[in-house]
Amino acid sequence: MSSPARTILRTESKLFLREPGAMFWIMAFPTLLVVILGSIPSFRDPSKGLDGARVIDLYVPISILLSAIMASIQSMPGVMAGYREQRVLRRVATTPARPFDLLAAQYVLHGAAVVVSAVLVLLVGRIAFDVKSPGSAGAYVLVLTLALAACLAIGGVIGGVAPTARISTAIGTLVFFPMMFTAGLWAPVQTMPHGLRTVVELTPGGAAARGLDQAALGHWPSAHFVLVLVVWALVAAGAAARYFRWE
Amino acid sequence: MSIIQIRGLRMTYGTKVAVDGLDLDVAEGEILGILGPNGAGKTTTVECIAGLRRPGEGSVQVASLDPYVDRTAITPLMGVQLQQAGLQAKLTVREALELYASFYDHPRDGLELAERLGLSESIDVRYAKLSGGQQQRLAIALALIGRPRIALLDELSTGLDPRSRRDVWGLVEEAREGGATVILVTHLMEEAHRLCDRLALIDHGRITAIDSPEGLVARSAAPTIMAFTPSQPVDTGALWDLTGVTDVRQHGERIELAGDDDSVTAALGWLARHDVRVGRLRVTESTLDDAYLDLTGDPVLTEEN
Repeated sequence: MSSPARTILRTESKLFLREPGAMFWIMAFPTLLVVILGSIPSFRDPSKGLDGARVIDLYVPISILLSAIMASIQSMPGVMAGYREQRVLRRVATTPARPFDLLAAQYVLHGAAVVVSAVLVLLVGRIAFDVKSPGSAGAYVLVLTLALAACLAIGGVIGGVAPTARISTAIGTLVFFPMMFTAGLWAPVQTMPHGLRTVVELTPGGAAARGLDQAALGHWPSAHFVLVLVVWALVAAGAAARYFRWE
Repeated sequence: MSIIQIRGLRMTYGTKVAVDGLDLDVAEGEILGILGPNGAGKTTTVECIAGLRRPGEGSVQVASLDPYVDRTAITPLMGVQLQQAGLQAKLTVREALELYASFYDHPRDGLELAERLGLSESIDVRYAKLSGGQQQRLAIALALIGRPRIALLDELSTGLDPRSRRDVWGLVEEAREGGATVILVTHLMEEAHRLCDRLALIDHGRITAIDSPEGLVARSAAPTIMAFTPSQPVDTGALWDLTGVTDVRQHGERIELAGDDDSVTAALGWLARHDVRVGRLRVTESTLDDAYLDLTGDPVLTEEN
């Protein structure tokens, strides 16, 4: 990595830490959600409808996905569109640094924040509510990585085409709710009626939730879910690169 | 060999022609001022030199490179202050200087630059909290921090108070002493006169005049202005007919006559012959402002008015 890219990443990480709102929703809120749900006694009992799993077991991966979606869809596009709108990219374009480095830093930092949040969620789930560590750690990491890549790429499309930070936040909010619904925030994917479930499993949130659930139980995720995530990540990344507006 | 060479540059936005066949050569070590009315194509020209825009037609060469294509080679040589360019809202002055210094191999001391530009007290203030003038001074510091061989400064002193303006001028003169070539877009005649070796007037996307500041003044239709209060009413029509006179105006009792040196002699002779005594006589050379007005027909924009 060239030196300007490194100093840009260092500077952007300082700036990222100065956004208490983003920090809270990405890094603290998902864990808080696990704590709140875990405090409801019935959610800690095995449920017949869930093949003997507990509600809290299902909400650990959902909370991690919540963090990924918050970071990618709600936070990152606003930063990108703001840098375009405020002509930060333009000023950097006149120097030996590349404006692309500023954008790359956003992917790296938001991705890293999600990883931290995921570790927190898993630790708190394990320690406070006895949620078993993922049965297949490798599979869990794989699905999470693909899900994060898909979410960040979708956020990259929003941040790339929205002309202003405000518009990108508005688009982000519009995309946020369907993504959280498909990830199972309101009702875990497993509990959805069959027809709806088939459709939801084609979305990045749905495929990721199911894949993480399988990995948590120690299985290798179905190829179907992995494929859905890979396709979303590739298509969105392609669109983000193709349609990004520098001005 | 000129360090900046523009040939037949033409830029259009939709149907609007911003730059229309512009040629320009800038010698190394020169400070070139670009003057012209708003919308004349000044900023577009600067952005083409900076390599931010691809020339529609024609060519732009900077230090024998194509600034739009050879980004890696050209950016270390250039410092650019754009009219519209921001910084991250929560970045402090110190952090901005450190960040931009890290982009170059032999940067200047950011704290010293800040001190020179009166930013020392705001060194830990975030960009969004700075006043417009402070943001402007920071932009200049960032443009000069890499010791550029070529500095492009678009509206250098817009929004600056007279004191900061002089600080900035000092830095530009210093950069030139260090061998830098400077292109300066300005609306301030005082700035143009004091700093620039040559001035280029751009109007409707073309260079309409290019000369030293003194040369431009001399080209003005009426380089000399004579003002006086006559002892008795004077037939201004007769003054119009005198040699070299281009304008006669009466302001109350006072008469202002524009022309050249010969018209002054002629007017004084005519007045003596008609027994008019001349009170409070003032003869002044016309200024760059007048020359500018003459050559563009555009009202001068100075911050003072």
